[in-house]
Parts: sequence; C-alpha cells; structure tokens
Amino acid sequence: MHRDDFEILKSGIIYLDNSATTLKPKCVVDRVVDYYTKYTANAHRGDYDNSLKVDMMYEEVRDKVRDFIHAKSSKEIIFTSGTTDSLNRVVFGFMKYYLKKGDEVLLTKAEHASNILPWLELEKEIGIVVKYIPLENHQVVLRNVQESITERTKVISIAHITNVLGDERPVRDIGKLCQEKGIYFVVDGAQSVPHRAVDVEQLGIDFLAFSAHKMLGPTGVGILYGKEELLEKLHPTIVGGGMNTSFHSDGSWEYKSLPSRLEAGTPNIAGVIGFGAALDYLTEIGMENIHQYEQSLKQYFLAQLETIDHVTVYNKDVGGSIVAFNIDDVFSQDTAIYLNHYHICVRAGNHCAKILKEDLQVKNTCRVSFYFYNTKEEIDEVIRVLKRSKDIFRIVL
Amino acid sequence: MDPNSRRDIMLENYQHPFHRGLVEDEDYLLFNTNNESCIDHLDIQYQIEDGTIKDIRFDGEACAVSMSAASLMIKALIGKNKDEAKVILENYKKMLAGEDYDATILGELVVYEDIGKQPSRRRCAILAFESLEKLLEKM
Ligand SMILES: Cc1ncc(COP(=O)(O)O)c(C=O)c1O
Repeated sequence: MHRDDFEILKSGIIYLDNSATTLKPKCVVDRVVDYYTKYTANAHRGDYDNSLKVDMMYEEVRDKVRDFIHAKSSKEIIFTSGTTDSLNRVVFGFMKYYLKKGDEVLLTKAEHASNILPWLELEKEIGIVVKYIPLENHQVVLRNVQESITERTKVISIAHITNVLGDERPVRDIGKLCQEKGIYFVVDGAQSVPHRAVDVEQLGIDFLAFSAHKMLGPTGVGILYGKEELLEKLHPTIVGGGMNTSFHSDGSWEYKSLPSRLEAGTPNIAGVIGFGAALDYLTEIGMENIHQYEQSLKQYFLAQLETIDHVTVYNKDVGGSIVAFNIDDVFSQDTAIYLNHYHICVRAGNHCAKILKEDLQVKNTCRVSFYFYNTKEEIDEVIRVLKRSKDIFRIVL
Repeated sequence: MDPNSRRDIMLENYQHPFHRGLVEDEDYLLFNTNNESCIDHLDIQYQIEDGTIKDIRFDGEACAVSMSAASLMIKALIGKNKDEAKVILENYKKMLAGEDYDATILGELVVYEDIGKQPSRRRCAILAFESLEKLLEKM
C-alpha cells in the first residue's frame, strides 16, 4: 500500500525492520522542511506571525494525538523525546514520589530495556520491589497477572505488544483488574500504537508511552499520555524555560499548568509538526486497515516459511506483526548479514530485551517486522533468498 | 591467498573451532569479551606457565567471523611468550586497520585482511583479541 509515498523504497531495499523505526512518507518530510524553510520560529514565545503559526501548528498536533488515542483532553498529552523518555518520566517524576519502600511493581522479562532499567534504578534508590509476571509460552496470560498481584502491588508496567516476539497482552482485562485493585497501569505502546487502534479510556490505561519514529514520524519525538489527575502530580524531571510562570531570588517559583509544565526548554518543534503529518496519514489509511493488512502479510510469510525445513520460527501464534526466526545452526547476525547482501533489512539480536533469554532458551533471533508498505512480492524475495541459504557462508565470509 | 581459500579457512575454524569449550581449572585466567555494537560474546581462558601461554580455551555465542577468529587466534598463540604474543596482536591490529604489517608473523590470521576493510565487521574480527589485550596487561 502507498509505496510511492516512500522515496527510500525506490532504492530497491526491502525494509523489514519496522519495529526499530519506520520509513517516512514524503508528506512528513515536507512538513518538517516547510517549518525549516518557510516559518521557522520558537513556540510559546513571540508575538509575530511566524511564531504564532508555530504555536498553533504545535498545539494542533497535541489535539491530533489526543484524538488518535482517544484521550479526554489535550492536557493529557505531553511531548517527550521518545518512549524511553516518557517511561523515565513516569518512573522518576511520578512513581518515585508515590511509591514507598517495599511496594511492588510488576513487569515481565520480555520488556524493553526502557521499561526495566528505570524500575531497577528506582528499586535501588527507594527500595521498591520489582517482580516479574511469569510468562506462559512467552506470553502474558491474565491468570498469571492475577496470581502475581499481592497486597503490596502498586503498579503494573508492561508493553502492549512486545518488540521481541510481537505478542499482544490482554491489556483491556489487565486494565480492568488494575482499576478494581487500585493499581496504576503503565503501558509501553511503542509497538502497538503504530499498528492498531488504541483507546486509552477503553483499555483502562493510566500512563501510555510511545514514539513518533515508529509510526512514520520524525526521530526525537515521543508521547507521554497520562490521566489528567495523575499528570497533575507528576513532578517535572527537567525544569527551565517555557514551563514556569515566575521565579524569584528568594528561592520561590511557580510553574505553569499542564501540559506546558512538563515541557521545559525548546521542544523538538520540527519533529512534532512533522508527526502531525504522520498522524493525518495514518488516520487517512485507517488503523484497522493497517492492522488487517499486516496480519495478512504475516500469515503469508509464516505459510511460506513452513516450506523451508532449515528455518525455525519462534512465535507462530502471536498477535503482532513480527516474525522471529533463525536459520538452523546459523548465528542470527550472520543471517542478517546474508540478507543484507540482497538488500533485505532485518534485525538480529536480543532486541534490548536482554533478560528474556532466561525464558526463551535461544538468546538471539532474526526479526522481521512489517508495516503497511510491505508487500507479498517482498516476502517472496525473502523466501527465495532463505531457500538458497545453504551457501550462506559463501556470502557472509 | 585467494578469496576461496580464505573463506575455507574461516569456515573450517567456525564449524570445527579449535579448543572450544571451557575447562574448570583455577589455573586458567578467564576473560569475557562483548562486542558493544553487536550481540557477540566470547569467554576466553588462558593458562600461563613460566611466562608462556601454555593453553587457551574459548566458548560463547558469536558470528562466524568472531568465532573463527577466536579459533585461529588460539592456534597462533599457544606456546608464545608475552613479547611474541604482543607482536602478533600489534601486527593483527595493523592489518585490520589497513596499515603495513608483517604477514609472516600472522600465519593463517591473514585471512581477515579484507574483513578489516568493512568497519562493521572489523569489530567481529578483533573481538577475541580483546581478551589478549587484557591478558598482556596482567602477564
Ligand atoms: C517495546 C518498546 N519499548 C520501548 C522502546 C524504546 O523506544 P525509543 O527508543 O523510541 O525511546 C522500543 C523501541 O525499540 C520498543 O520496541
């Protein structure tokens, strides 16, 4: 779908590393360039035309994000630098003040580093207890969530869809459970918001983090969604210009209200404005259409892989659009180098989920992750190359 | 050496690595190496006696270049003293950096000369040798 909008595809690459970042359509690049060439100015500052325009464009994107994830108010949308930044702010701006020594936080071993390391830091800092929901066949099942909850469980923080195996978590059920038990529900949406409709209200999410660059947008832009009453309590982890109303030499100060209070300094204006074009573009195609199409691609790829004896797939029945595999007896990185020889871009490794290997037994895999601009023809080419892989070391060495 | 022979030597050392498998012996010094930009990691054990490298073992998970280079490095180093090992390391690094080096000292390790020209793979070729660097500091 829509391949003509992606200039980079004309180079002939087969891009299958969409979990890492996606390609950018022309409209996004144009929107960024327009800001730099036609109306450059800072936001929230000046009283001249371009500055007012920038202000308006920037705030318009906030409204678009609000609508995209069905938040109640634009005040619930904070621009950050990415999922990592968003999650760090939840942990160090909110949880650090809310949690007490001995309080428990539930994660899983399949989380991205950015949803584990901040918690481990906080564990060291204030003595919270990080626990892992046991996975069943690498996946989260509601029963294990229920059984992991104790009197002291205060937070559940998990990815909606993981970046290693692409498994989707029963977020709605977990959200409901959290509401019943008074547990805060933090969701890492980096791999879900780009690929399907997400409704924060329906899913019972308290905090949601995701990245623009994984959904056609520029790098360096992320979103932190939080329920308004929670963001009100979130301490700014960065302070400075743009977020204060006054400060005095007697050491007193006053901060602005949401959302400005949590956006100190000059933001990534070009990036945010470019992200607006990405949201328009995705909305135009329709998230449900994207989801359906990706599923059909994945099913097609899996069926074709079945015909190759020397390939092992690790995640046949997951909800996301990721396929993790290895060529038997070949180190995943060698497979990626081999595929690169045919201009096929895939990722090898443990995908920043370094403790999952304790559960998965295999440490490293090759990961193919789809987006709506991928095609069956591209898959056919990947299959052709994988079938020929008996001579892999002729290419790799 | 022609590309096919080079490849055969690498492949032979990848598929049948020399001295793979660690030993439980406190005599051996253990070094871990991780390729920061990749996912390779190797554990390498050295047994030193009277200033000479008496034995080396290795294990780990790594790409074909890293693995085969570990195997070939071990073959080249056993029986060498500190100064000899140092000369091998220096020449190997020079080769990967595209500088003048003495091929006669490196033996089969010259098969990685071309790989040194690809920055992304140079790190794989050097991985095992990082343990040698650490060893030389201790010897
Ligand atoms: C599930 C998940 N969480 C978090 C991140 C981190 O995103 P970013 O690097 O954009 O901050 C990623 C990106 O790889 C991811 O896949």
